[in-house]
Amino acid sequence: MTKKDVVIEVEGLVKSYGDTEVLKGIDLTVERGTMLALLGPNGAGKTTTVRILSTLLGFNAGAVSIEGHDVRSEADDVRSVIGLTGQSAAVDEMLTGRENLVMMGRLYHLTKESAKARAEELLEDFDLVKAAGRPAKTYSGGMRRRLDLAVSLIATPPVIFLDEPTTGLDPRSRIAMWDIINKLKQNGATILLTTQYLEEADQLADQIVVIDGGKVIAQGTAKQLKAKIGKDRLELTFASDKLFAAAKKALGKKLLDSDDTERTVTALLKDTNVDVRQVLDILAKEDIKFESMAVHKPTLDDVFLSLTGKQTDSSEEKA
Amino acid sequence: MAVKLEIDTRPKFVLAVVDSLVMIRRSSTHIIRNTDQLLGTFFQPIMFLVLFTSVFGGAIATGGGSYVNFLMAGIIVQTIAFGSTTTAIAICNDLQKGIVDRFRSLPMSNLAVLNGHVVSDLFRNGISTIVMLLAGLVIGFRPTADFGEWLTIVGLLALFTLSISWLSAIVGVVAKSVEGVQWLTFVVIFPLTFASTAFVPAESMSSWLKPFAENQPVSHMVDAIRALLVGTPAGDSILWSIVWSLGILIVSIPVAAWLFKRKTTQ
Repeated sequence: MTKKDVVIEVEGLVKSYGDTEVLKGIDLTVERGTMLALLGPNGAGKTTTVRILSTLLGFNAGAVSIEGHDVRSEADDVRSVIGLTGQSAAVDEMLTGRENLVMMGRLYHLTKESAKARAEELLEDFDLVKAAGRPAKTYSGGMRRRLDLAVSLIATPPVIFLDEPTTGLDPRSRIAMWDIINKLKQNGATILLTTQYLEEADQLADQIVVIDGGKVIAQGTAKQLKAKIGKDRLELTFASDKLFAAAKKALGKKLLDSDDTERTVTALLKDTNVDVRQVLDILAKEDIKFESMAVHKPTLDDVFLSLTGKQTDSSEEKA
Repeated sequence: MAVKLEIDTRPKFVLAVVDSLVMIRRSSTHIIRNTDQLLGTFFQPIMFLVLFTSVFGGAIATGGGSYVNFLMAGIIVQTIAFGSTTTAIAICNDLQKGIVDRFRSLPMSNLAVLNGHVVSDLFRNGISTIVMLLAGLVIGFRPTADFGEWLTIVGLLALFTLSISWLSAIVGVVAKSVEGVQWLTFVVIFPLTFASTAFVPAESMSSWLKPFAENQPVSHMVDAIRALLVGTPAGDSILWSIVWSLGILIVSIPVAAWLFKRKTTQ
């Protein structure tokens, strides 16, 4: 195997608050120029992990290094190569967008001229030029997130932590944010993203690590995770209860699932080519006409459900 | 990326000073943009001054001299003491809003956040004090201080402001909410300013309160400023006020810094 260029390396990370262990031995590696999505429900330990990786939080056991710098003994070196944005970071509400950017640039120890020039560039890139002279408290949710992200990029850090960057955004702002994140990746940044949206991880990340209850429960590419959970499914919908009942009877043990209110039946496809034809043949023989037909690829939601045994959006009590 | 970034390569301690300057600028901008608070900075001292002179002025015997001459030092010190609450509130706000996390993810000096709030408080108090002195002149305050005495007054008040603001910084770090800050500073600052020689001479107080009133830091500071402003006997109040302020600073800076670090790395 060729030697990998690992930028973020986490080994056996353990963090407890009193007797409660919130991280129970997390391992992560992120290679240069790639994006890793840390996927999990509320309370899984995503934000805790990001806070530790960005030097904000201590930990009990394990080793964490960013660009070869230990987060504990070389915190200042780590801080000068990372940018942090998302729910655990913030902007100054009383300052204008421009002032926020210049201030953070100065605190990254850019020269005054560099900080100012870079601020203008980011305002342009993030479509904030018009609002640049207004206090951040007057910004909309989407604008705030853009400013927040821009602020963390002021010194063009090679490593970027995005802690739930789209939580609470409306769909349009979310897609705009995805575009921006994709651009960051194209520019060669190494990114660790946390999200509770499977679609987001699927869209953006090269590697996905699923965590729940402080443990890694699965990892791989979106494709690998989906493959793990299995096969395509065929879904047929019928126009009347009579046809629906007949189809259920005819398909017998081919049937995976059925939904009485929607009048749909689902069949598992081991070999899509062969099985679709078989199902349709059976129905044709009995002269049962269906209303619509669809072949579903497994979604990450299915993956998540089968790995954690719970729905992605029903984990509020864990937060 | 089109802009070429230049990193400031000056030595670490210079950068730490830059960090603090950036944060002082931030906190000062907050003060200027917070219109409600700014109005308070101007009008609260004038209101106190006018009310106290017209309500108590006739009733309080100050041993010769007009009451406004007696009161001036007291009202200046009291305003500074009450004003220190804003340092605590500003720090508490920062901690709650998560912006401290952002600052701490930057390669900046740890103390800069606290420095910014404390030093900008100095500016705000400077403005308040000047407003009060001018208002005082209008209603009959006649200082006798010479140039050297004015310089000493400025120095003493700056030292007092810094020490009480650092104390207030501790409250800001410890308090869980802004309401908590207000309550905490109220129970500390109120007795310190009213059970002092700020508004009445200690001789007029109950016998159990008098020893406290004569020996606590606010009284020493008031006595010192009053002596310098209008020539009342200074005793050793100047020395004591310096000792108290330095003592508070030496203890409260490391304590505030330690608590701040502890609170933000949990």
